[in-house]
Amino acid sequence: MVNTKVTLCGLELDNPVIPASGTFGFGYEFAELYDINCLGTFSFKGTTAEPRFGNPTPRIAEFSGGLLNAVGLQNPGVDAVIAEELPKLAKCFHKPVMANISGFSLEEYVSVAEKLNACEQVGWLEVNISCPNVHGGGMSFGTDPAAAAMVTKAVKAVTTKPVIVKLSPNVTDIVAIAKACEDAGADAVSLINTVMGMRIDLKKKKPIIANRTGGMSGPALLPLAVRMVYQVYDAVKIPIVGLGGVSTAEDVVELMLAGATAVEVGAANLVEPYACRNIVEDLPRVMEKYGIKNLSDIIGGAH
Amino acid sequence: MQQGIFTIVSNRPVSGATYEMVLQGDTSAITAPGQFINIKLDGFYLRRPISVCDRNDSTVTILYKALGKGTEAMTAFAPGKELDILTGLGNGFDVSKSGEKPLLVGGGVGVAPMYLLAKELIAAGKSVTAVLGYNNGGDVFYAEKLEELGVRTIVCTADGSIGVPGFVTDGMKEVEDYTYLYTCGPEPMLKAVYDACKTSGDFSFEERMGCGFGACMGCTCETKYGNKRICRDGPVLVKEEIVW
Repeated sequence: MVNTKVTLCGLELDNPVIPASGTFGFGYEFAELYDINCLGTFSFKGTTAEPRFGNPTPRIAEFSGGLLNAVGLQNPGVDAVIAEELPKLAKCFHKPVMANISGFSLEEYVSVAEKLNACEQVGWLEVNISCPNVHGGGMSFGTDPAAAAMVTKAVKAVTTKPVIVKLSPNVTDIVAIAKACEDAGADAVSLINTVMGMRIDLKKKKPIIANRTGGMSGPALLPLAVRMVYQVYDAVKIPIVGLGGVSTAEDVVELMLAGATAVEVGAANLVEPYACRNIVEDLPRVMEKYGIKNLSDIIGGAH
Repeated sequence: MQQGIFTIVSNRPVSGATYEMVLQGDTSAITAPGQFINIKLDGFYLRRPISVCDRNDSTVTILYKALGKGTEAMTAFAPGKELDILTGLGNGFDVSKSGEKPLLVGGGVGVAPMYLLAKELIAAGKSVTAVLGYNNGGDVFYAEKLEELGVRTIVCTADGSIGVPGFVTDGMKEVEDYTYLYTCGPEPMLKAVYDACKTSGDFSFEERMGCGFGACMGCTCETKYGNKRICRDGPVLVKEEIVW
């Protein structure tokens, strides 16, 4: 028997597999297909202070290695999330959930964090400072170490939950941002968010996505994620949640060897709705194949 | 929604760039006309959402137009090939609202879902009229099949070579009265049909989708009743909720 358990910021996960924010809604669509309690946890749809419609459509484009999206943080707002989504979720998911929060100002991050801090269902706050698809917020906090530290410190001040800061790969030096978050009190970092890209429609001769740019995700990103997790692992002591292009149990093991304590799965959920369940079920086979008894033993094993 | 492996029974052109594919597999998740299926294609990351044209207990029929690389690749698929497909997606048309004399308006590949819809309405004893719009005479498909069901079928072609010259709205002028309208086609056509429509109606929309089952929020639109995901809360919206 292999042991797939890992501990993320003091909370034990049955396995390291976590559907990434924005690819799993609030869980119900997937709960209709399989028992989502098989997951380590999941990171729910990025939540802001007010309801947001998001960007105009088209919001989606494709490339051979994945997709681009510019949804733009569509969400019902934190009050509706707490009043409606979380009670519904409690019926189908009985583990602590990861609350993904976003903001357009420091005050917004703080107010959303404060409200979700009061929710018993929430195990971790994942602070998104890396959304490439909104203007005047999101990624602008995640591309400057001082701004990243400021958001981290402000959120930490209003919550007792572990704070995981989600980092952008659209930077010159992700290590510097990760260290700034660690120094500001982050309990963990998650990386990488999507990579900013663009596709152009050859018939219309214009960008496909209405927002023009979108965030790339999918299998093409895995090597970038592995490299960045590896570099950040060398530089920080806090745990890392790895993500980017993960679609198999082998990918999970690879990111853990690079330094991830847990692994999020994003785009794969959208093309293979059973992706996360399949990865969870396949993990023991892959562990046995590579002689791994305790999954937590391999974290950073490639260093 | 259900995931399953389907085997291609036939795959043939029905006119111009439009193809008909019959797939064998478990069709039990398809519960209403106007729903769609989402097909995984080798070499393409996203699935291809295509509306259901017809179904029975063991097969589903789709019509698709070879427009991009994915649908072009599909035209070469041979019978016997297996495809990974999500079925039973979207809300579909509400046949209970039809009244005695429903009008069906389909444009281009938007004709596809009108076939199963007409079949169900005819089976329910309704007097069905269909207005079908195509770019030119060479594009016409499934008009005869609808007639064979017992549907009064009015064909319109933009080039005027067959039937009523002009758009579906020109064909609609020939229909004296109807009790409810069902339509599917490109958005400019839907808007024109909306403006010409004398009753309430079910309008089926198209949008670029990510997942096709409500998870990614890639295809959200605004309606009078709040934000809706075309893939999950649609593709059919009722006339009264549409915001243009």
